[in-house]
Amino acid sequence: MNRVRRILDSDQFYAFRRSPVAMVSATVALVLILATILAPLIAPTNPFDPSSLNLMNGFTPPMAPNAFTGESFLMGTDDQGRDVFSTILYGMRISLFVGVAAVLFAMVLGITLGLLSGYFGGWTETIIMRTADVQLTFPSILLAMLIFGIAKGITPIEYRDQMAIWVLILAIGLSDWVQFARVVRGATLVEKNKDYVAAARIIGQSPLTIMLRHILPNVLSPVLVIATISLALAIIAEATLSFLGVGAPPTQPSLGTLIRIGQGFLFSGEWWILFFPACTLLALALSVNLLGDWLRDVLNPRLK
Amino acid sequence: MLSYIIRRVAQSALVLFVVGLVAFSMFRFVGDPIDNMLGQERTMEDVERLRGQLGLDQPFPVQYVKFLQEAVQGNFGVSFRQGRPVAEILAERAPATLELAMVSAVFAIVLGIALGVFTAIRRGGFAANFIMSASLIGVSLPTFLIGILLIYIFSVELGWLPSFGRGEVVDLGWWNTGFLTASGLKALILPSITLGLYQMTLIMRLVRSEMLEVLRQDYIRFARARGLSDRTINFRHALKNTMVPVITIIGLQLGAIIAFAIITETVFQWPGLGLLFINAIQFVDIPVMAAYLMMISVIFVTINLAVDILYAFIDPRLRVSA
Repeated sequence: MNRVRRILDSDQFYAFRRSPVAMVSATVALVLILATILAPLIAPTNPFDPSSLNLMNGFTPPMAPNAFTGESFLMGTDDQGRDVFSTILYGMRISLFVGVAAVLFAMVLGITLGLLSGYFGGWTETIIMRTADVQLTFPSILLAMLIFGIAKGITPIEYRDQMAIWVLILAIGLSDWVQFARVVRGATLVEKNKDYVAAARIIGQSPLTIMLRHILPNVLSPVLVIATISLALAIIAEATLSFLGVGAPPTQPSLGTLIRIGQGFLFSGEWWILFFPACTLLALALSVNLLGDWLRDVLNPRLK
Repeated sequence: MLSYIIRRVAQSALVLFVVGLVAFSMFRFVGDPIDNMLGQERTMEDVERLRGQLGLDQPFPVQYVKFLQEAVQGNFGVSFRQGRPVAEILAERAPATLELAMVSAVFAIVLGIALGVFTAIRRGGFAANFIMSASLIGVSLPTFLIGILLIYIFSVELGWLPSFGRGEVVDLGWWNTGFLTASGLKALILPSITLGLYQMTLIMRLVRSEMLEVLRQDYIRFARARGLSDRTINFRHALKNTMVPVITIIGLQLGAIIAFAIITETVFQWPGLGLLFINAIQFVDIPVMAAYLMMISVIFVTINLAVDILYAFIDPRLRVSA
């Protein structure tokens, strides 16, 4: 109870209540995330269960009864009679999972390397930060594609579809760690000269303990901001890769894969197969992005 | 100054060396080249003979140096999928991408600067506010969705413009161009807008903020006091002084345009380098991937180097501190 009260009384919560943009985007993001988690309960059908599909239902427009079966679907169906609403719910699971996992991976990698280079300096720092510089020369989406291509080449053919999701996480994560490393290194350089670090060193704590227990908690707030904005970027990156056909396979479609599939039906007039996944992707990416922007302004007014 | 340039050149060379190493490792370790060349029916002697012929029995550094020598001469091996020299395929695809990138860049620069100046001068006006909010939405839309949206409006609904391909192309020997036919020009419109939109908003926002900064300064106030016309002040005095950072960004974004062409080319089935690269990834065509990687790295590194050196000429502080 006490903790809840502290959150409700905090400056951040006050700023939150004063910002309509933050409230709306937080609500949208929360609804989408909840829908993702509860997908099996909400979705009318399981799009991956072939027995629940009826080919006669193919190409049913949204909110209109099918000519043959009389069934009607909230967002229509695709060519195989799959309910678009259900595929979106399940597709969002893949999109969000890949996005969150990729950001977590990038975050852990970036924080570790950032702490190491900031705390130890010298050769460690030179190697890590030069690598980061080189990587920054290239757009991250290009790197992600390349990593995906190489990883695909290494995995044996029979595992490629199964591994695609993990390869995607690896590719997006590896292409995105630099930001975290740079920010953490910068903050560590400031923190390590403060008295509390000197005190910890004097009482003989190991560098590992000092980095993790003392410095890390003090450099986390910018990391949180970058993580939120990165999540929006990672979701879009994943959608882009899947749309290009170098991401989630058709057996495990993410929102990007659904848009790729839907594009094929644009000319024959079945707009809903493309339209609803695209809107969901936009709502997801935009709400997370706006939330990140707001968080940045609240936690660190200097960055504005 | 000279030492700064030398150091930057050395750094760039190092980057290219590392990229080359990555590209070479792709050749060497992603799948066995012998497997790719010999197929199922083979004897151990065949394998050994080919290994010797290709020099795969030599130590890694020796192989790498050889690879670099070949690459510098433009020899990137043979595509696994098409069975033709990679250099030939790249040369055939390059005009499509370069023409697209060029048109997008011109679109982004001209419209970006014009809108940037406009939104700065008419700050707070209805049109300026509208453009600024629209640009925010434009930035958050993924590129491929913008492409699909344009296709839907202008190809499917209105039927004005083609939705894929380059249209009719005129062959000029070593170059093929879409500039000379009506269908070629029409086919360029949607892809260039898709590709250039992000850069356009970026340039617009930059020009706007730089202009606002400059317009606040004293010499602008003096120019007004002297009774110069608004046009002279805005374009002769203010815009000129915003150009340094703008040119830097434009330079850096040129590389990005070529990289992001991958997405646009896939949406519009534009037969350029980007589509080639995506297909190479889908079919794990390592020589094409490696060659594309090296080519685009050379472009990126050259642009970065040029911008840095240009900066050193423009901004004297860099010469001392570096």
